[in-house]
Amino acid sequence: MSGLIFAIELAYWQQTLIKVLVAAVLIPTTALILGIVFLFKMMSWMQSRMGPQEAGPRGLLQLAADGLKFLQKEDIIPDRADRFVFKAAPVVVLASTFLTYVILPAGPDLVIENLPTGIFFAMAVSSLSVVGVLMAGWASSNKYALMGGLRAGGQLIAYELPLILAVMGVVIQAGSLSMQDIVWAQADGSMFGFGGLGLPFVITQVLAFFIFMAAIQAELTQPPFDMPVAESEVVGGFHVEYTGFRFLFFFLGEFATAFAFAAIAATLFLGGWWVPGVDPNSALANVVGPIALFVKIMVVAFLIFWFRFTYPRFREDQLQRFAWKYLIPLALANITITGILVVVL
Amino acid sequence: MPKVPGMVKGLGVTFRTMVETLKPSGGPATVQYPHEKEEPSPRARGVIALHEENCTACMLCSRECPDWCIYIEAHKTLAPPRRAGGKPRQVNQLDRFAIDYSLCMYCGICVEVCPFEALFWSPEYEFSEVSIADLLHEKERLGEWMETVPDFEAYEAGSEAKGKKVPR
Amino acid sequence: MTVTDSQKMAYVAAQAADARVNLQFETEDGMTLNMGPQHPATHGTLRIVAQLDGEQVVRCEPIPGYMHRGYEKLCEVRTYPQVTTLINRIDWLGSFANEVPFILAAEKLMDVEAPPRAQVIRTILFELSRLGNISLFLGDLGIQLGGITIGFYAFRDREFVLNQIEAATGGRFHPNFDRIGGLKDDLPKGWIAETHLAMERMRRLCDEFEELVLGNEIFQARTRGIGVIPTDIATSYGMSGANLRATGVDWDLRRDACPPGLSYDLADWKVWTHPDGDSYARTWIRLQEVRESTHIVDQLLDSIPAGPIMAKVPRIIKVPEGEAWVATENPLGEMGYYVVSKGDLVPFRVKIRSASFNNISVVPWVTRGVFVPDVITILASLYFILGDIDR
Repeated sequence: MSGLIFAIELAYWQQTLIKVLVAAVLIPTTALILGIVFLFKMMSWMQSRMGPQEAGPRGLLQLAADGLKFLQKEDIIPDRADRFVFKAAPVVVLASTFLTYVILPAGPDLVIENLPTGIFFAMAVSSLSVVGVLMAGWASSNKYALMGGLRAGGQLIAYELPLILAVMGVVIQAGSLSMQDIVWAQADGSMFGFGGLGLPFVITQVLAFFIFMAAIQAELTQPPFDMPVAESEVVGGFHVEYTGFRFLFFFLGEFATAFAFAAIAATLFLGGWWVPGVDPNSALANVVGPIALFVKIMVVAFLIFWFRFTYPRFREDQLQRFAWKYLIPLALANITITGILVVVL
Repeated sequence: MPKVPGMVKGLGVTFRTMVETLKPSGGPATVQYPHEKEEPSPRARGVIALHEENCTACMLCSRECPDWCIYIEAHKTLAPPRRAGGKPRQVNQLDRFAIDYSLCMYCGICVEVCPFEALFWSPEYEFSEVSIADLLHEKERLGEWMETVPDFEAYEAGSEAKGKKVPR
Repeated sequence: MTVTDSQKMAYVAAQAADARVNLQFETEDGMTLNMGPQHPATHGTLRIVAQLDGEQVVRCEPIPGYMHRGYEKLCEVRTYPQVTTLINRIDWLGSFANEVPFILAAEKLMDVEAPPRAQVIRTILFELSRLGNISLFLGDLGIQLGGITIGFYAFRDREFVLNQIEAATGGRFHPNFDRIGGLKDDLPKGWIAETHLAMERMRRLCDEFEELVLGNEIFQARTRGIGVIPTDIATSYGMSGANLRATGVDWDLRRDACPPGLSYDLADWKVWTHPDGDSYARTWIRLQEVRESTHIVDQLLDSIPAGPIMAKVPRIIKVPEGEAWVATENPLGEMGYYVVSKGDLVPFRVKIRSASFNNISVVPWVTRGVFVPDVITILASLYFILGDIDR
């Protein structure tokens, strides 16, 4: 089946080039989609507004116009900033997002790189962004940016743990770290002997799913965990001094990461590209797969942004308490129970 | 019945509002401004219109204005007598009547003190200019706004105030 | 443009004053965080200098004065009818409420009283401006705490109140409608029915606020026990209004010392108090006040007597010699005018007592040892309008 699409053997550098191009196109596109659909449209509807209407049909090109606007803006670097670190920080953040896209499977063959330790790799590279955020906060030579950066550092480190621990439950149940194998495990699973719907892990791992959702909310620094960028407290936090395309990088990074995390959540808990009724071994799965994954991602992203537009934010110490006192013990308990059940059953 | 957690209720509120906004019967609370416009109430203090024939250049408005943004210039002239055979009357001929809308506080004192009903409020609000200096409007422009002045509304029950009329 | 010497001197003096404050804070240990004059949480141009230890506030001082407009002095060169246009802009969200105490003081000096119809309509408009003011507080508190959605709801429903104010007075924000001896004009036809509908909307906003913000566990964690002000501290700092009632003091000028000219006695209503004195209590009190206010308006709308709208006052107003102090319960707290007249067209001296200045002076006391986000919570829940601080 793998010969179906990649029938032509390409040289390694050709493959790499194609993969890089695919990721480079995917990131801004997905960020734009999420930004338009949720940040502009859904948020507006939830606030009795219509959102942008002028740019493009029904204002759907507004974010593209905003992106162009950012490119035209003057690139301001504060006088006392550490210039190199200041310039490098957005790139580091975007690089972490870029690397996460590598392992996302959109079909049985549609994956940029099917790593055997896929989810482990995703968790590892997504933590990279904290380095970029800290760099930005430190290099801006601004007290608000510093506070925001340090808050982000503390927060991202605290929420890496529940995130990984929540994933562990799924990994134990699937018996593999590979994203593709996790999808296959859900497709092959059965509920009480009925295999027609497979077994999306959200059913067995409800607790892990909620912990995962809470943790990615914090990873994305979105309300209720948006203290690092809280505009009423630290006025935008680590990106307060960034203008123009550097700010655009942070913005793209935020939304592309939201898309990537939603994709991971969809893959881990909702069955990824697999749809009931479509034979995962057929070529059709490669066509239906991306659509199914996209729909599932949108469902997860809807949840993420719904929380974002509804809740007020925590305080920094309350956030830490929430992570260490509730999420991590719960996640550990989840792993223990899953482990016992997997061994017993 | 167990209490619904507040966080779940909050999600319900936002979701309800989204459905309400998207429903054809509901719709958003906003209007798409340049395409659709909101109708201000007839009393809305948008811009001051001048009915030039009534102005006698008595300078009351100019004097009572809290930030002195009304400029009036006039000269004395002789008007034909009211009755045949009478003496010609001396009247003030208005040369200039200008309101500086960059200073105006839209308080309405000038309209209120005018003893000859020459000034009226119009709910017209689209008179912004690119340059602040262009906001000084002369009597020609002020006179054009007279068309947008709505009739005075009837009063609520129990009122003893006398209804007024807009000269057309 | 030429700069005069006095302007230069004033600039130098202002720079020196700033430098002094900065020096005072910079020479001590820890980090100094300068919030404002341009900061999203300061509702305008309040400057707050906080000395931090990590994220904990060691010392915090509000520095008002960046928007001082000199109203007390300006009033001395304006005739009595002109003064109301100025003082509209003190608390710009509840502007009709600013006019009332001044007009009442002038009425007291001239010994005239508005006819009953004018008194009731005046009270209704007073309460509408309270609704316009406090409903924005409900939205703003949400925005300050990160839940921006309620802010849009507040703006959406507040519009109905503003429309009613506009329909009656002509001005959404600066009505300039109150006159010595009555009101400028009578109500337009159909206003009463529409105001009833607007009150319905406000009550719906209150329900939404309760579900979306007040009942939210995160909001409660952010506000309960934060910024606790005991009763004796509140009274010694001269706090008033909802901030004082949130500390358990049952004191409302509308009920306890309603000046003649307002008819609160015609309605049946209740003064709410809360024993806690924290940010949550202040929010809760204001929410109840909005609800109570809608009920007051509803009752008064049904009991507007027929009659004239203006008492007999001369066309050119000269206020006889004397002094008068009138204070009313404004949206932000006690607001009073001390008017001294020498029998001229203009007041000789006007002293304005606005609530926010006293309410905000408790900030250094209450922010000791709290975290930076709590400073935002406390500032938002104390609820000040910058124009009301600086005047």
